[in-house]
Amino acid sequence: MTSLPLKKETEKIGKSNKRKYRLEKFSGNLFLFCALLSVISLLLIICFVFYKGAHPFLAEGYRFLDFLLGSDWVPSEDKFGILPMIIASLYATIGALIIGVPIGLLTAIFLAEIAPKSIAKIISPAVQLLAGIPSVLYGVFGLAIIVPFLQNHLGLIKGQSLVAVILVLAIMMLPTVVTVAETSIRAVPKTYREGSLALGASPIGTIFKVVVPAAKSGIMTAIVLGMGRAIGETMAVILVAGNSLIIPTSLTDSVRPLTTNIALEMGYAFGTHQEMLFATGIVLFSFILILNFTLARISSKGGN
Amino acid sequence: MGYKIKMAMLMLCLTLLLSACGVKKEEKKGASAHHSHTLAISGSTSVGPLAEKLAEKYEEIDNIKIEINQIGSSAGITNAINDVSEIGMSSRELKEEEKARLQETIIAYDGIVVVTHPSNKVKDLTMEQIKDIFTGKITNWKDLGGDDLEIVVVSREDGSGSRDAFQEIVGYSSGELIRNAIVASGNGNIKTTVATNKHAVGFISFEYIDESVSTVNVNGVEATAENVLAQKYSLARPFLFVHKEESLTEEGQRFIDYILSPEGQAIAAETGAIPIK
Repeated sequence: MTSLPLKKETEKIGKSNKRKYRLEKFSGNLFLFCALLSVISLLLIICFVFYKGAHPFLAEGYRFLDFLLGSDWVPSEDKFGILPMIIASLYATIGALIIGVPIGLLTAIFLAEIAPKSIAKIISPAVQLLAGIPSVLYGVFGLAIIVPFLQNHLGLIKGQSLVAVILVLAIMMLPTVVTVAETSIRAVPKTYREGSLALGASPIGTIFKVVVPAAKSGIMTAIVLGMGRAIGETMAVILVAGNSLIIPTSLTDSVRPLTTNIALEMGYAFGTHQEMLFATGIVLFSFILILNFTLARISSKGGN
Repeated sequence: MGYKIKMAMLMLCLTLLLSACGVKKEEKKGASAHHSHTLAISGSTSVGPLAEKLAEKYEEIDNIKIEINQIGSSAGITNAINDVSEIGMSSRELKEEEKARLQETIIAYDGIVVVTHPSNKVKDLTMEQIKDIFTGKITNWKDLGGDDLEIVVVSREDGSGSRDAFQEIVGYSSGELIRNAIVASGNGNIKTTVATNKHAVGFISFEYIDESVSTVNVNGVEATAENVLAQKYSLARPFLFVHKEESLTEEGQRFIDYILSPEGQAIAAETGAIPIK
């Protein structure tokens, strides 16, 4: 009498366990699939860009070195040289770093170390909001404010110039630099500061001689991330760069960075011209890869 | 092992499922297009505004839906060749290899006008002078009777129909364009750039002319529709509808007929284009 229901009971438990395991396994697989999606997208993008971009060099007899070092870009005359754009991208990024990093770093130090809570409460969300503004709006801002300002008040013959690009990019990289640097500064153990202050160092001295060096790897990460943002930015830049095809020799020259070359011409391009734009994408992609490797090295060093 | 195989199969199934969905959707779209007569048109951003206006009026009198995408002449022509769109719009003459595959209909003419900042005193240029400006031989407005200001050239991007047309008429190639020219995408962008810079000179379609910029006469002829039709004003080009002979539907043909009718041509005139008759 008693053995029968007992058997049923154990069967029931076995069944529900089986179901549980199945559900477990299914969820595990589902998560794996989701995780794989991003890897697959990455691979697809890389394959597509490289397949399209490498075609003219492999099958049509163009030389990659001529492409990299050529200073003429005239698609309708079959001239594809992106040296002016590489240089423009580098100048714009370096310029933006020179302006953006000190401002961003000092903001981060201020927020993490000096600012009273009430002020930090206002500045912190403002900085984060800056990160959320769509990039094309930065471009419109640049076109409506910075470009006319450069023309009317600084006497530039054209406001669309390298300096306009640098200013816009410097503002755009601020949130990245500030947020990452602030986090790393906050992560410095309190004992460091206390030790320094106890030895008689001033608060500012403590910040620059103790806290900032301790947060060095985080700050480097902030800079590299800001750099990535600057070099990859397109929509804001296209409006203020002027997109001229010259190797910039001064801050007042109008420039065409790699990203805007792709965005500007992709709509009209076909055939080899389009493939060359993909090749421009490969170069851009390589820059980003180099940045990422640098970043990985910095963080692994920071770990040690 | 078994787990891995299962995993792979799951992925495969999902991929197939996703792609199957995609196909189904497309088929549906194609089918519905056939029933409610959707006419797909794409191409030149210069022809676009005119085509939009014509389509709007035409939809009132015929049971048809017209979708217009303004993506540039070359892209529109490519779309027509590849059957992505039934009709392509072009604001430049077809190239030889394109002519071999497409039929063209001139629906109107467009004048291109050289524009400067309103404060610019130079109101009249010869074709030769325009060429010298855009190729960088003349770099200061004072050489043209204006103020002592450096010239800032503003051009459309390589591949744009307006740019091709302008360069062909004026007689210089993309390689000869002065290198430090600002390159702006779209007529509106050029107008804004020129309107805000007293050094600048650019070119736009007639229909974009307004008081924010100053227009320049070519060889003493004012940029007006009458002068284009009288063939006095030389900076003009045709607006084309292009299609593959075998892909044009009855509805497409009816729309083209409507555009060429007096009513359609009147609308063309309203938008600033120049009617063919």
